[in-house]
Amino acid sequence: MTHPHAPPLLAIRGLSKAFLGVQALDGVDFTLRHGEVHALLGENGAGKSTLIKTLTGVYQRDGGTIALCGEEIAPRSVEDAQRLNIGTVYQEVNLLPNLSVAENLFLGRQPMRFGLVDRAAMRRRARVILDGYGLSIDVAAPLQRFSVATQQIVAIARAVDMSAKVLILDEPTASLDAQEVAVLFDVMRGLKARGIGIVFVTHFLDQVYAVCDRITVLRNGRLVGERRAADLPRLDLVAMMLGRELEAASHRLAQPEEIDDSRPPLVRFQGFGKTRSVAPFDLDIRPGEVVGLAGLLGSGRTETARLAFGVDRADSGSVTVDGEKTQLRGPREAVRLGFGYCPEDRKKEGIVGALSVRENIILALQARQGWLKPIPRRRQQEIADRFIRLLDIRTPDAERPIQLLSGGNQQKALLARWLATEPRFLILDEPTRGIDVGAHAEIIRLIERLCADGMALLVVSSELEEIVAYSRRVIVLRDRHHVDVLRGEDVSVERIVASIASESPPSPVPPSPVAEVRP
Amino acid sequence: MIQRFLPLIVTMAVLVVGFLLCAAQFPNFASLRVVGNLLTDNAFVGIAAAGMTFVILSGGIDLSVGAVIGFTTVLLAVLIEQAGIHPMVAFALALIVGAGFGAAMGAVIHWFQMPPFIVTLAGMFIARGVSFVLTTDSLPINHPLYSDLNEVAWRFSGGGRLSLPAMLLLGVFALSMLLAHWTRFGANIYALGGNRHSAELMGVPVARTTVGVYALSGLLAGLAGIVFSLYTGAGYSLAATGVELDTITAVVIGGTQLTGGYGLVLGTFGGVLIQGLIQTYITFDGTMSSWWTKIAIGVLLFVFILLQKGLLAVWSDRDGDPAEA
Repeated sequence: MTHPHAPPLLAIRGLSKAFLGVQALDGVDFTLRHGEVHALLGENGAGKSTLIKTLTGVYQRDGGTIALCGEEIAPRSVEDAQRLNIGTVYQEVNLLPNLSVAENLFLGRQPMRFGLVDRAAMRRRARVILDGYGLSIDVAAPLQRFSVATQQIVAIARAVDMSAKVLILDEPTASLDAQEVAVLFDVMRGLKARGIGIVFVTHFLDQVYAVCDRITVLRNGRLVGERRAADLPRLDLVAMMLGRELEAASHRLAQPEEIDDSRPPLVRFQGFGKTRSVAPFDLDIRPGEVVGLAGLLGSGRTETARLAFGVDRADSGSVTVDGEKTQLRGPREAVRLGFGYCPEDRKKEGIVGALSVRENIILALQARQGWLKPIPRRRQQEIADRFIRLLDIRTPDAERPIQLLSGGNQQKALLARWLATEPRFLILDEPTRGIDVGAHAEIIRLIERLCADGMALLVVSSELEEIVAYSRRVIVLRDRHHVDVLRGEDVSVERIVASIASESPPSPVPPSPVAEVRP
Repeated sequence: MIQRFLPLIVTMAVLVVGFLLCAAQFPNFASLRVVGNLLTDNAFVGIAAAGMTFVILSGGIDLSVGAVIGFTTVLLAVLIEQAGIHPMVAFALALIVGAGFGAAMGAVIHWFQMPPFIVTLAGMFIARGVSFVLTTDSLPINHPLYSDLNEVAWRFSGGGRLSLPAMLLLGVFALSMLLAHWTRFGANIYALGGNRHSAELMGVPVARTTVGVYALSGLLAGLAGIVFSLYTGAGYSLAATGVELDTITAVVIGGTQLTGGYGLVLGTFGGVLIQGLIQTYITFDGTMSSWWTKIAIGVLLFVFILLQKGLLAVWSDRDGDPAEA
């Protein structure tokens, strides 16, 4: 279906976009040809969503050109982009669950007769369209009666029917199961055969290789490269995404002291998992041990952390703390057991912006003690001052609203919140995200100090060097499965990258350190 | 399909069963005269409730309805009796003022992103307050056209009559159903009530639809005010106090969800008649306090809300059924 001499379907050249001085896109090129599925890949902050939003008219570009079939375009709104034949389907199905399937397909462009909506014609045409996708459903039934996959296909059918040239699929498979993904891929292949160009954003490498012709990788707002999927080994792809020079040696900054594996673990998860979130996994953590969780975005890292703290309820497996089986019914229970959790998105889930640094620090301690027994103000002050000194939180005083602090200092205050409860098991999700280099090193030093004090730590990070630096063991996740455990000499950036990229189908029960302990 | 119509079926079943029970107790109940009076007596509430249905379907609320009805009666009395304007011209002016007032509230709700509850609450106070400024007394309207219009009726044998207000009520509901289910504006209202953000992404003209919905509610409240003025033959600033709550009740008993997006205009018609039926029953009985009407309606409202919750739970169980794919 490709026409070598015709202009490409979509040609983006030198696209730039900045937000408040942060360069989200910096001279990015992207080319979409007729009848191809083109993966757009990159980790957090790579610029994928900015690129898509610029393309669909949500954002206006600062510089560069976008040409559709050789003609320059500048979409100003979503409707504008639709008129230009660029349609988008998001992960969250943006349709109306209360309307019928037919109404969803034709909203705003219903067939009319005598000035009124011709409902019979609308249903008829809806059936014809969906037949083309192998979907024979009751088009008069409300959309909410159908599975997410069906809704996704209806969304695609609407987008294609309205604008039949460029289709952007933004993580359409994130909430689908394997069978539903297969159906979606058939639909994509069908559209490809009709000459439609599809931009496919996903975090699942298996899916990239299953359905894509070409791959474009972005990192930190810059183009890393465009390759044919067939010519790009997985290892190279992961390296492109993570930005690692595989030749460069990486050293472990500090060798954590040896810990006796035969000692009973502090926390033991067995067959712990949640459907559609993380496949059941086994995990032992001993006092003084740092376990790193590595994997690409969407691989189940954060989900594992949330399960371990009881934010999400596991639907299989058990938890043993200090040799005693317990129920992890929720964060309150976790706090009672001596767990702590610093979430990834500290703005949304961590800090309470309008409260002072002191109030933020004592929050977890007070919650554990119960709100009926307020901590005396003097004691609060002491705790806050101690941690401000200990962690070097830069604030004029403890009464300053925490939202006025820099990201790194907010992160340290969050850490202080949990340290104040003197946890035995602390879960850190991306502890160094979005903070400056100096604070970065401090947080890493702090992690090392904490585990030297006998605390057990589970740390999620996309900074592989960092994980390698402090982890005694690294668990590698892929497609929501714990696929590998690296220990000792194997803990290196190269091994982690190789493990993320390896192609073997994820085993239902990952290799586990527990197996070695059992007699 | 049955799911969509289930609340309507329940409402209509309650109406029919209620009517049969009344007829069983009072031999004169099952007559065209009673049915005709039921429609006439509830015409102004019904017309306003039709407008309220659209507002609630779009995910909003309009608390100004009763005040706009009261204001319209006062405006008509002042225009006709004090300014000497012909009633037909006064009617047209009242409709324009009602629609304009609604449109203004819709505009504030949309462009200032204010909650409809607060905006229409303010609208309620303004409309009621302006009525009091115009007059605190009950002003009778003595124009001959009023008595002529009150004579307009389609008479049946046995003393039953379909009065002008009743005809207007039926006409408004017929047009409202057409508007809700056979026009793009209607589809956009449902879309807005389903999910505002998605509707916007799907290209629904959110501003136009929001302003239109409140303008429609204001227009119908104005029409309800005209009907009320015909019905009572006077303009009074305290008229129709609390009618906005009666209309909301009718909409909910009619099976429309307060959160928007689900419901049928015809259900509201049933809801209005159920309320009227209870009132009529108590009039027939003659010994009961009329406050029993409120108690009965309160209980009924409660039952219907629970019923909706139950239906929703059944629906969401069906969600994610992979067999459909």
